[in-house]
Amino acid sequence: MKLGFLVDLNLCMGCKGCEVACKVENQVPLYSWRLRVKYVDVGVYPETKRTYTPLRCNHCEDAPCERICPVSALHYLENGIVNIDKERCIGCAGCMMACPYGAIYMDPVTNTADKCTYCAHRVASSMMPACVVACPVEANIFGDLDDPTSHISQYIMRHQKDGGVRVRKPEKNTHPKHFYVGGGEVHLNPLASKREEGYNLFNKITHLDHIGGH
Amino acid sequence: MVEHTVAATNAIVTLDVPIPQVIWGWMITLNMWAKSIGTGVVLVGAYLLARHGREVGESVKIWMPIISFIFLNIFLLFTLLDLHQPLRMWHIFVYPHWSSAITVGAWMATLFTAIIFVMMLIALRKFVLAHEDRVPRFCRKLAQMEFLNDELYDKLLKVAVVLALPVTMYTATIMGEATARELWQTPTELVQMLLAAILTGSAVYLIIGQKWSYEVKRDLAIMLGVSAFLSFVIYMGEYYFGHMKAEEVAAILSYVKEGPYAAMFWAGQWIAFIIPMALVYFSLRSRSASLLFLAGVLAIVGLYITKHVWLIIPQLLPLS
Ligand code: SF4
Ligand code: SF4
Repeated sequence: MKLGFLVDLNLCMGCKGCEVACKVENQVPLYSWRLRVKYVDVGVYPETKRTYTPLRCNHCEDAPCERICPVSALHYLENGIVNIDKERCIGCAGCMMACPYGAIYMDPVTNTADKCTYCAHRVASSMMPACVVACPVEANIFGDLDDPTSHISQYIMRHQKDGGVRVRKPEKNTHPKHFYVGGGEVHLNPLASKREEGYNLFNKITHLDHIGGH
Repeated sequence: MVEHTVAATNAIVTLDVPIPQVIWGWMITLNMWAKSIGTGVVLVGAYLLARHGREVGESVKIWMPIISFIFLNIFLLFTLLDLHQPLRMWHIFVYPHWSSAITVGAWMATLFTAIIFVMMLIALRKFVLAHEDRVPRFCRKLAQMEFLNDELYDKLLKVAVVLALPVTMYTATIMGEATARELWQTPTELVQMLLAAILTGSAVYLIIGQKWSYEVKRDLAIMLGVSAFLSFVIYMGEYYFGHMKAEEVAAILSYVKEGPYAAMFWAGQWIAFIIPMALVYFSLRSRSASLLFLAGVLAIVGLYITKHVWLIIPQLLPLS
């Protein structure tokens, strides 16, 4: 079994339901996110469009975070999920330096690394991840990539033709198991958009001091 | 290049809360800098013992393990302080993950520090034996430990020299495993780490070996000059040609070309490499060693700045 995710960006309307559900389900502390929906505005007024991209851990098949973790706090489960053992983590932040997707944060409460686990605890009880359940338009599709009859496999097959199934940063050779349909460079490539002071819907966002570096 | 489409799309991020940019900061710079000195004095010290043992052997044998031990402890201390869970450091020894360069490095550095510690005890014992009447009583216990002798020192030195190489270079493999950060390429960084050790090692001996003969200082100056030159050439290679490798590398290099770290980058290059190279050149031409003290100090200070800029800039790039 190889569990994977797919987000159909044609369906996503940026409601952030998944983000909130994830926070509640996993008790993600303030200032931290396991899953976040990034907004990028494209075009010049009045011809503008807002794009939405849910970003979470890709549960890479060749995960740099797992490779660099000195104590195997980050480890693979049999179903392919990249899981984290917070009791073992020493907080070296090696994984934060290694993950090319910025998917790992330092939990300000436990002082250990944390990230999306595809809701491994729910999956173990045959439940869907919280974000999948919360999505009102079923843009999040979760399932077994090894099973060609699963919904996610079928979805990938159906969208192959349009060249529509993409992953983030394929050149990193991490083999992400998180796919996007309907996404372009603006959605998936951080260099394809600008970040400018004053354009954020929420400005002056602060981080707790010890989340990042010194 | 995708970033060139921005002009057409006018794509601008309006909502995102990424993780903070700089995760490994000045403590990691200090860690790398102190490790370069801690290993460099052993590598260069071994050369001095082999080549100029008769003249400088006594003082190198005493100062090499002492200086190395001090800087290795600075390195270990800041490695520990940088952890968010420093009290769990022992997990590295009971749950080692051997694909991680952090694990391999921690084991090697611990072993290396232990060897240097014993060598330092042997050096101190020699000092105690020579000044038994003037040292406090508890130090005299050391004099009774006869197994701490020259023979053991020479054996440990061989192991220390072999270990110093991977200990000084392993941070490059950590940087290589930090796949999120473009710019750091393992082969180049391995060479840079080695050169940093030779640079700081020779600089330290130029500072402490004021009374040594011109011949010894000339050898040290050549080592310092050549390592500074090679390091500088590699940095310039990255600076001028790095952007061809990947879009991310080009974006990162822009932080030192016209961005916020341009002044600091060039300050580091001048202080660590260009001025010391010039000082070495003038002192070799005039057969005078008076400028070499300054070259040594500048190389050590400049290396910290250079390493810091190189550590920070790849972290400024948004990952998502
Ligand atoms: S996305 Fe990042 S955190 Fe998730 S498995 Fe890949 S490297 Fe690890
Ligand atoms: S911060 Fe924790 S999970 Fe991340 S690499 Fe270090 S020990 Fe592993």
